[in-house]
Amino acid sequence: MEIKGLFVILVSSILVNNFVLSRFLGICPFLGVSKQVETATGMGMAVTFVMTVASIITYMVQHYILDPWGLGYLQTIAFILVIAALVQFVEMVIQKVSPTLYQALGVYLPLITTNCAVLGLALLNIQFEYNLIQTITHAIGASIGFSLAIVLFAGIREKLEISDVPELFKGFPIALITASLMSIAFLGFAGLV
Amino acid sequence: MKLGKILMAGILFENPIFIQMLGMCPTLAVTTSAVNGVGMGLATTAVLIGSNIVISMLKKVIPSKVRIPAFVVVIATFVTVVGLLMKAFLPALDESLGLFIPLIVVNCVILGRAEGFASKNSVLASAVDGIGMGLGFTMALTILGSVREILGAGAIFGKVLFGASYQPALIMILPPGAFLALGLLLAFLNFIQSRGANQN
Repeated sequence: MEIKGLFVILVSSILVNNFVLSRFLGICPFLGVSKQVETATGMGMAVTFVMTVASIITYMVQHYILDPWGLGYLQTIAFILVIAALVQFVEMVIQKVSPTLYQALGVYLPLITTNCAVLGLALLNIQFEYNLIQTITHAIGASIGFSLAIVLFAGIREKLEISDVPELFKGFPIALITASLMSIAFLGFAGLV
Repeated sequence: MKLGKILMAGILFENPIFIQMLGMCPTLAVTTSAVNGVGMGLATTAVLIGSNIVISMLKKVIPSKVRIPAFVVVIATFVTVVGLLMKAFLPALDESLGLFIPLIVVNCVILGRAEGFASKNSVLASAVDGIGMGLGFTMALTILGSVREILGAGAIFGKVLFGASYQPALIMILPPGAFLALGLLLAFLNFIQSRGANQN
């Protein structure tokens, strides 16, 4: 029963309620850092890591600090501080431990603080009243969904660069229309769960 | 005079959505109807004005190394205030905007203005900049919300426009419609701009 429930959470957060294409969380990096597959993969990895750790910590903060002390109204401030501190911390650790990885992810790490997917995920976990295991599953699913969308999108955009697009649609407009078509494709998963 | 220029820059020439492409998440997510667009726009405007004023007052006190976390705390405070006020006085709107009220914190427009404008300018100029950017953002959201509501539900601000024979294109108020409408709107703006350039 438990396993089945987790599987449903995983599939629905990857495909049905894809964070980018159906919940509209993390659109800024999705449009900004998706010109090349390589950078998109880097961003996906960085976000995966931060999202998973951030949702575990925000879960702890909510259930062991905010709830017992009746500080629910401080949720937004507390969560964004946790995320900002975490991103800073991760940046320092990666820099020390693996300079190669730091080189690859370096530019994207600070950007993650203002990635609404991370805060959105933390808030959704609380809203859905998930327990710790479900929270982690949801975080993994959401970040796989994010990475999937951004890498696929980057692949299409690389092709768009060399194709003949009408002058008026060059740049952002055609990218948004491409995203729209991808979103239609993902709507097809709606019956899955 | 200069204040007027700052105001117009926010509303038109540096419009956060149409020109700078900032703050895309709430733009795409909540514009399923014109009312939601206006509500989200005004909530963001309130936060933007408040945070711009406070940050420009504190610009000498905040050490530059920790300025981003400091800005985020100021912004988060205003978001909490606006969120609680909306819950108390506009519960229906609060319900339909849902998750995106707390997510105003991570709206890049607000942090962008704090870093790019309020931390360098006087309190008055920053307040005006907040109003201008906020109204520009509201305008963009309202236009997008109206377009999607007219095409997707055959109504505007909840008022039905066409007869029963009108078949609304439901896709426009589903997620794909958001991307599609904004993409076409940007192409249309390009069209206007290129026509203006040709005439000169």
